[in-house]
Amino acid sequence: MTEKKIRVLVAKPGLDGHDRGAKVVARALRDAGMEVIYTGLRQTPEMIAEAALQEDVDVVGLSILSGAHMALAPRILELLKANGQENVKVFIGGIIPDDDMPKLKEMGITGIYGPGASTEDIIRDIREAVKS
Amino acid sequence: MQTQPILEGNRLALSRLLTQVENDAPEGRSALAKLFPHTGRAHLIGVTGAPGTGKSSLVNQLTLHYRKAHQYKVAIIAVDPSSPFTGGAVLGDRVRMRDLSGDDGVFIRSMASRGSVGGLAQKTAAFVQVFDAAGYDIIIIETVGAGQSEVDIARLAHTTIVVEAPGLGDDIQAIKAGILEIADVLVINKADRPGVENTERALRSMLELAHPTKRIIHHHGRMMTLEAPVTDAPLWMPPILKTIATDGTGIPELAEAIARHKSHLHQSGDWASRDRARLRSELEAVLEEELMSRYLNGSHREAYEQALEKVIRREWSPYEAVRALLNGK
Repeated sequence: MTEKKIRVLVAKPGLDGHDRGAKVVARALRDAGMEVIYTGLRQTPEMIAEAALQEDVDVVGLSILSGAHMALAPRILELLKANGQENVKVFIGGIIPDDDMPKLKEMGITGIYGPGASTEDIIRDIREAVKS
Repeated sequence: MQTQPILEGNRLALSRLLTQVENDAPEGRSALAKLFPHTGRAHLIGVTGAPGTGKSSLVNQLTLHYRKAHQYKVAIIAVDPSSPFTGGAVLGDRVRMRDLSGDDGVFIRSMASRGSVGGLAQKTAAFVQVFDAAGYDIIIIETVGAGQSEVDIARLAHTTIVVEAPGLGDDIQAIKAGILEIADVLVINKADRPGVENTERALRSMLELAHPTKRIIHHHGRMMTLEAPVTDAPLWMPPILKTIATDGTGIPELAEAIARHKSHLHQSGDWASRDRARLRSELEAVLEEELMSRYLNGSHREAYEQALEKVIRREWSPYEAVRALLNGK
């Protein structure tokens, strides 16, 4: 049996058009040996959940800079669950106010990363989360 | 692994099975065995061509057309390269296929090549079987797109589409063996770009060299007629189509050419012979893999390592090493 690869969907929901961060993370995950499915800009929660289903990913990484995270994150978690993918771990990178972090964690978001977060931390956390 | 949910169209079960097949898990193998009798119905369409010619956009538009005009169920397998150093991959073909989201009649799966060469991944043929059994009418396989050596797709697909774009290489590129010879349908995408006539002329003259048809030529000031060799089987001359995948221009004509090729395959008996050739190469690949792993898992591992050392020291050539190993010396 060949080695099981970690599959990650990197998606950018919402309307802001800045995807530099998402691309840097995608590349870092690739260099860590993961298979990254990159879906591009302006994805709706429905598109993200559908792609996660078709690609059977272990992890969904969301890049959100628009401030809409408190609306987008619960919707995506809900849709993943409706599809039977409640085991998929969801990570968020972007601009998230400190006050919102505990709320997002409580909702079921596994990891949150702001500007200056190191890709090594993200890689380590993903490996850890997928193992459990 | 239960295969019933897959035959009934459960998408989560289908997606999970693809993962097990890709990882060569025992559950994947047993499910494939159960599904195999349900295969053999889908039309397999390969899409290949150099990077940047617009393969993904073309697949997007073609699928939209199949959904609108025929309500066919369409599966897309999009293969992208794995890094040879880290084994990781960025699979980005979905970026160009966003028009297809929200449609339950379409299933897109990205696949990393995982070290195999020739434009496909090792398990692509197995993915095709899963989608075929799950009732998809059309299965589109988009290759890596490295360009000149992607001939594996012709063995897998019924109809192979080779995508070119204006301004990529001169006519010597077109004479090189391989990629053009596998084309059942040639597409010049980005047909709104300059240079499209030159590309078309180069492809057409290449095709006429490769596919003997009756031609009238002007040679040393005299008109000459060259007769095509007479055969019983109807000949297929790959059509050249021009498309603009970003706005859908030429897509209905492409779908029509694909349908014509399909009926040609049925009429000429090539459908059956391609099926046979495909299954033969699949059988050979599995046998090769199995023989190799059986050999190395047996008592031969040590002899193999010793032979390898001798080859590295240049005491044996690889041929001598294999002869010694198989003769048990």
